[in-house]
Order: sequence, then structure tokens, then C-alpha cells
Amino acid sequence: MTAMVSLKNVVKTYTRGKQLVEVLHHLDLQVADGDFVALMGPSGSGKTTVLNLIGGIDQPTSGEIIVAGERIDQLRGGGLARWRSNNVGFVFQFYNLMPMLSAERNVELPLLLTSLAKGDRMKRVRAALGVVGLEDRAKHKPSELSGGQAQRVAIARALVSDPKLLVCDEPTGDLDRATADEILHLLQVLNREYGKTIVMVTHDQKAADYATHTLHLDKGRFVEERQKTEA
Amino acid sequence: MIKQIVAVTSMNLRSLPQRIGTAWVIVIGIAVTVAVMVSVLAMAAGFQQTLKGTARADRAIVLRAGSQAELESTIDRENAQTIMDAPGVKKDEAGRPIASAEAVVIVALPQKKDGSDANVTLRGVGANAVKLRPEMHLIAGRMFRPAVRELIVGKSAAAQFKGLDLGSHIAFRDSEWTVVGIYESGGDAHESELQGDAETVLSAYRRNGFQSVTVMLDSADAFDRFKGALTTDPTLKVGVQREADYYAAQSRNLSKLLNLLAYFVGGIMALGACFGALNTMYTAVSTRTREIATLRAIGFSGMPIVISVLVESLLLAIIGSVIGSCAAWFFFNGNTVNTLGAGFSQVVFHLTVTASLVVSGIFVACTIGMLGGLLPAIRAARLPIATALRAS
Amino acid sequence: MKFIPLIWAMLWRKKVRTLLTLFSILIAFLLFGMLQGVNSAFKQTIERSNVNRLIVTNRISITESLPYAYMSQLETIPGVQRVSHESWFGPYYQDPKNFIAAFPVEPDREFPAHPEFVVPKDQLAALEHTRDGAIIGAGLAKKYGWKIGDRIPLHSTIWVKAADGNSDWDFTIVGIYEVPTERSREDAMFFNYKYFDEARSFAKGKVGWYIVQVKDPSQSAQIAQEIDKRFANSPDETKTQTEKEFQQSFMKQIGDINLIVTYILFAVFFALLFAVGSTVMQAVREQVPELAVLKTLGFSDTRMLVLVLVQSLTLCIVAALLGLALADVMFPMLRNTLGVVKMPPAVIAEGVLMAALLAVATGIVPAWRAKRLVIVEALRS
Repeated sequence: MTAMVSLKNVVKTYTRGKQLVEVLHHLDLQVADGDFVALMGPSGSGKTTVLNLIGGIDQPTSGEIIVAGERIDQLRGGGLARWRSNNVGFVFQFYNLMPMLSAERNVELPLLLTSLAKGDRMKRVRAALGVVGLEDRAKHKPSELSGGQAQRVAIARALVSDPKLLVCDEPTGDLDRATADEILHLLQVLNREYGKTIVMVTHDQKAADYATHTLHLDKGRFVEERQKTEA
Repeated sequence: MIKQIVAVTSMNLRSLPQRIGTAWVIVIGIAVTVAVMVSVLAMAAGFQQTLKGTARADRAIVLRAGSQAELESTIDRENAQTIMDAPGVKKDEAGRPIASAEAVVIVALPQKKDGSDANVTLRGVGANAVKLRPEMHLIAGRMFRPAVRELIVGKSAAAQFKGLDLGSHIAFRDSEWTVVGIYESGGDAHESELQGDAETVLSAYRRNGFQSVTVMLDSADAFDRFKGALTTDPTLKVGVQREADYYAAQSRNLSKLLNLLAYFVGGIMALGACFGALNTMYTAVSTRTREIATLRAIGFSGMPIVISVLVESLLLAIIGSVIGSCAAWFFFNGNTVNTLGAGFSQVVFHLTVTASLVVSGIFVACTIGMLGGLLPAIRAARLPIATALRAS
Repeated sequence: MKFIPLIWAMLWRKKVRTLLTLFSILIAFLLFGMLQGVNSAFKQTIERSNVNRLIVTNRISITESLPYAYMSQLETIPGVQRVSHESWFGPYYQDPKNFIAAFPVEPDREFPAHPEFVVPKDQLAALEHTRDGAIIGAGLAKKYGWKIGDRIPLHSTIWVKAADGNSDWDFTIVGIYEVPTERSREDAMFFNYKYFDEARSFAKGKVGWYIVQVKDPSQSAQIAQEIDKRFANSPDETKTQTEKEFQQSFMKQIGDINLIVTYILFAVFFALLFAVGSTVMQAVREQVPELAVLKTLGFSDTRMLVLVLVQSLTLCIVAALLGLALADVMFPMLRNTLGVVKMPPAVIAEGVLMAALLAVATGIVPAWRAKRLVIVEALRS
């Protein structure tokens, strides 16, 4: 299978005050197209860093990163931004919706960067909201939505420009068990039926159970890779 | 309660340096408002002061009935004499009335600042004018001699116009006039004039009547007797005023304009400063949201919170007004401004930033501070504690 | 464009704060409109002065009169098209507060010399045939509600009638003139010099000043010099200036209005810069998480800079336009105190430019910060 995500010999260091801290140590990673990968590990293990690198919102100190066929470690500024808008969708723990925009305007945001006309944009927005099951809440503001509904809107926003890769940072961290399950089930549907490759950071083993693969990170290195057979 | 208030207020003030950026908004907004208001009002006060200047309760000025200013008035020789001989007029040791029938004309002279012409008053005064105006002193040169084309110039006029130094000559009306003296007169409007002998001025201008008669009265109370005598005289058609009232009327228009400017512009600026203050205080309160909620959760009541916010707002306002008043004083106090007085000629006046103006400034600032702080203070006191504690 | 809903939503994130800032800016531009409007209006009056006309006054000062005999001499000077004269009547109507700019003139000279005055021919003829007739400006008529046919008594503060020794002069209104190019000059009154000169008790045979209409404005300087040369060394020497110079020197005597206005506006904008700058900084600081998300979605750095700047521009320009509109509405209120009628449109353009400058000055630093925002750091906070 073709690799959707490929990390080769990736090193990431931060400067904290006067010290240089190496967070990722010569990491290699492959995620196949259509995988649903859960990234787990204790805090400080660097899992969020790996996610940020894959999603193109951070750059490695050295090493290669190929996502969706492109060397994103060589992209900069405007080019990287453009790549992101075409290829990646983000889902955050705290939804990060614009509080003063309605659900559909929130979902529309990524499309403002395309050259689509208003009519086409709204068609796609409605479609995305349909996939997550929230068409009837299109005009509501985030303050009028429950946690689960807000996260669905965020997922719809991540889907609307039809990216190949979804990157999720603790998507169920702020939700109760039942709602979390709903969201995870939705992600599973997106993976199985819509073919989206998903990389998800989580500390919840139950969440990881929804994934096809789980990777463990500790102190910037992979500890073991457990292949999961489909249940 | 007092202890609570003091505790919360001092906590608030101690955290002020962290919010220094937004605090400057109130200070500067108010400083600017107060500076503008105070300087314009200082102009108005200075102008009134100059015109009223050395007015005395026992001096009266007589113009033709209905005339508002000397330039509009004419009084013939006969009438002038009648006026000076009227009851109530003080006499000198020689028995002559201490009074002056005066011819007032305009001369256009080039100004020092840019050479362009401006109007200056030339006053032809009577023989007894020196006794009439004891506040006038020569500070250079000598007095003019009667029947000779000689002038003395007021010190403001000398400063403003070209060619008015001692010994210089001004040519108009077929002949030359010589400047023989420079005088000061207590900072009043006469310091912007040129003065000469009345008869000489009249003959040079080919006129035969005066513009006004100014008299010294026996006492301030003699005014009614003096006025009564003149107004009941069928041969006279005159208006009689105390000097102070005459000058007050002269300055009224410009004073009104300056006051209008000060209050209108100042008022609008104050409103703007108010909005700025509101904005700042709302921000101040929102940055302290968690702190305030914690205090209230601990048990502090709403009142100390409100007072602490108001104190902050008032303090900043007062600082602003002091800065504004100082700026106005520094840049403008003592400055001279000249403009068209009544009667078409230039009057020089001095801006005075008085203590009462500064107090007014502080009052305005405090009002702005109160208005700007009140609503945010109330909001701070009524924050729902639980949500506030969760706020970032 | 399509980003407008986003920008609008970002602006109104905190309603109260945006409203307060909007009002602050509005107020500043209200002041700008009024003060700069007055300044501009005065300047315009000078600019609009007719270049074809010279004002000939007595060299001593404008309050000294000139002999009527000078008229024929002025007419013989080469380059002169027409000569007219005016005098200062100085009356008020009923109350000294109601001062009126009234001038005794010869209608067949005065009105042709002022082509910008629009008055129907029959009314002009009526003035010439009515001894105590008067043609008043449309503004004056409106102020006192006077109509053609009204008889109005005016009290002159200077001129006394020989016949009865008092200063009450009667007039019959026979016409109304308009000055479409400059409405602020519609507040004057013109009546017959003949009536004036015959009835007054002193200074007969004199006029206040002459108005000389020249054929070629480029000759103005020479003709002015020629006039003053003609009357040099006479008992009444003259000083001749173009109408524009005359207005300018008058304005200058009132004082350096320009300086005062500039000083006040400078102070106001200084304060405003602080106020708005502080607000925008604060707003952008609070928006950091949202700005980070936008960047995550693919909004480029430059786009973020533009977004913040456009927010700033929208707020400043909308508020400025509101303030200027209010100034435009309030401006005619100044007519009685300052004689200006309409806020010059150029002031609006100036105002918008100032608003844009304000927006850039207050927005550039926050916008730069938004551009340089590092996503991962911003998301962490």
C-alpha cells in the first residue's frame, strides 16, 4: 500500500531558555493510505509534536517528511499554508471554533481560500454538515451547541475541502464517555467508508481501540508497534 | 468595611503597573482634553482681563447715544465741553475737570511678524489725560508736546508693529509724526494703542468732533448724578457707562466665541475621553476577572470592588488633568495673542492659566473618570463568580 | 468580498469594546469635520475671491473715506473695465445684536461689477426707481422672514440723518439676490447711495472704498500700482489690493485660525492614536487562539496581516464617515457665529485619508504580530 505519511530520520529540538531540548530523536514512521492510527504515550513523549509535524503546522529540525506525496519539510510560508488547506483537516481537543460565527460559516472557512463561488461553497458546507449529521444546526453559534455537536462541526470543517488526511489532537478529551464514543464512531466511518487516513493523538485506550493501528511514543522514540486486526 | 476597601484598593493599585499600557489611554485622553479646554479658556480669560484691565469704578465713558463703540460715535466740541463740566466730575487743583475728550482713529501699519498691515488705534487725548489715567507710565522717552506731531506708543503696539521704536517717524496725512515715548498701562487695551494730542490728531484728520469723552468722577457713587445730568439735558444725545461695563460689552463677542470654542470643543473631547476611559476600565476589569471573582468567593462584598475600580479611574483622571494643565501652562501661560478687538483694531492680550482654571480642569477630569469607571465597576461587582473563576 | 462576514464577526467579537472604540473615533472625526471645515471654509472664501476685482481704500485705514471725485479718475486708468464703490453703513435691526452688513451703492455700477450676484433684472430696475429701496441677500431674507414689499427700519450706529438728527433709516425691500457659488455671501444688503448721501448729516460726497473691475486679471498688479501712484501725495492717498489680498489680510487680523485648529486636532488625534491603538492591540491579543486556527486551516501569514489591517481600516473608516456625516449636519449651525454655511467636501476626503492613516498606524503592529504568529505556540496558550 502506498504510504500516505512517511517520516525519515526526523529530529525536533526546541530552545527552552538557554537549553536545547531534543524532543524527537531520529524518528521513522510510515502511515499507509487508509490507515487509522492512534498515537499514544505519556505527557512529554512528543506525540503532539509528531502530529504537528505531520499536519504541517510545525517544521522538523532535520529529516524528511513526506505527506500525500509531497516533501512538506521543504515547504515554507505561503506554500505550506496552501498545502495544508488542500491536504489536511485538523480536529482539536477544544474544538477551536470561531465563537462569533454560525456553524455553517465556521465550516465554510477553509473554502474561503479556494476560488469556489458562493453557491458551490454552501453546497459543500451542507454536504459536510450532512456527513456529521448536523444540517439542522447550521445556523447555530458554537455557544448554542453541546460539546459533541461542536466537535462535529469541527470535524465537518476538517472535511469540507475534502482532504486526504485528518489529524486529530485528543478529539474526545473534553467529552463524556457516550459522546466520545459517538465521535470516535464518526471518525471510524470517515476512515472505513470515505477512505480518510486518520492520525489521532489520544491518552484514552478505549479511543485507541477504534483505530486500525496504535503507536506508542516515549521520550521521543517509538516503543512498540502493535498491529491490530479488524474486529 | 473600610478595611476591605483599603485592602482591595491597594491590591488593585499595586497591579496597575501591569496594565500600564491601557492606563495611559485614560491619562492621555484626559490630559489632552484638559489642555485644550484650559488653554482656550485662558485665552478668553486673558482677553477679558486685558479689556477690563484697569477699569475703575470712578471713571465713566460717554459716547453718542446708540453707539456701541468709540469708532461709531461722534461728539461735537460744544457737547464735549458740556459733558466735562457736568456735576460729579472731579476737578484738579486748578479747578479744571479731570476728563479727556478723545478722537479715536485707525491707522494701518505693517506688523513685525510678516510685514502685512494691521489696524492699530490712534487716540488723540485731551490735556488732562495724564491725571485721568494714573495707571499709565512712560517707560521710555518722554510725553508728546501739544500742537506738535508727536506720539507715544503703548508697549504692546511697539512690540507688534514695525517702525514704532523711539525716535522713528510714521508718515500719514501729509506729514510726519515722531515717536517720542513708550508707555505701559497695567496690561490693558491701551497698551495696544498710539496716543497723541487730540487737537493735533483732529487737525491732521481734518475733523472737528471727538469720538468719546472719558471723565474721572468725584467718587464711584457720583455716577448716577453724572449720568442723570447728561441724559436729562435736551441738547445732548449721549449714552453714559461705567468704564468696566463699557469694556465688558466690548469683549463680549470674542469672549462668547472663545467660551463657545472651549466648551463645545472641550465638551466633545471630554465625551471622547469618556469613551476611551470606559474602554480602558472595561479592559482593566476583564483582565482582573479571575482575581475579582476569587476575592468575592473569599467573601469580599461588592462595594470594595466598586470603590477600588473607581479609585483607579479617578486617580488616572487626576494625573491626566495635572499633566494637561501643566502642558497648557507650560506652552501658553504668558503668551501673547493678538486679534481683532472691537473697533477693528488689534488688541494684544496675555493668556493666563489661573488656579481656578486648573481646578475646573480637575473637576472635568474627575467627572470623566467617574463616568468612565462606574459601569465597569458595577460589572466587576456583579460578575457571576463561578463563570468568572473559569475565565482565562 | 467573501471575507467580509469573517472580518465583521472578528470586529464585533466584543460588542461593547468595539462600540466604544467606534464612538471615540466618531467623536474625533466630528471635531475634525467641524474645525477643519471652518478652517477650510475660511480658506475657500479667500480662494474664491474674484481675481478681476481690486479694492481701493484710503491708505491710512479702511475706516477713512475717499472722495467721490476719485471715481472719474479711476475710470480713466488703462485696463479698468468698471468702477463701483461701497460704504460701511453699520446698522442693526431692532436690537444691537442683530447686526446687518448693509452697503449704500450705485446699482448700475455695483451689480455689474459683481456678476456672481444673481438678481432678476426687474428687481434691479425697481431699486433704481425706488429712493429708499433695498436688495437683500437670500440668507438675510430667510433669517428675518423679510419679503419683497416689506418696509424695514434700521438703526445705523454711525450715520445720522440731517433732516431729523436721528439714526433711524427706513427701507423698502424691492429685491432679493443670491450667490449660488458662495452661499455665505447671501447675508448682505444693498441700497441707493443717492438716498444715503443726500440724507446723511456729515461726510457728504465721500465713499468708503472703491471696487475696480479690471479687464485682464494678469494686469492686476500693474493697475493697482498705477492707481496708488495716481493718488500719491494727495490729501487722501490710496492703497489698492486685489480682493483676495484684501480678504487675506482681514482674516489674518482675526488671528491664526489655521494654527489653532491644527493644534487642537493634533492633540485630539494624539489621544485617539493611543486609545485606538491600545484597543486594537488588546483585541488582537485576545484573538490569538482564533488567528492560530485560521493559520492551521491554511490562511497564509500575509493573509493574516491583511485580515487584521482590514479590520482596523473598516472600523476607522466607518466611524470616521459617521463622524464626518454628523459634522456635515451640524455645520450650518455655525452660520450665525462664524458666517460659514456648508462643510467643504474636500474635508470629507481629508477625513477619510486621516482615518486610513489612523487605521494603519494603530493596526500595523498587531497585524505584523498576527503575521508572525507561530501556530504551535499560539495553540499551546
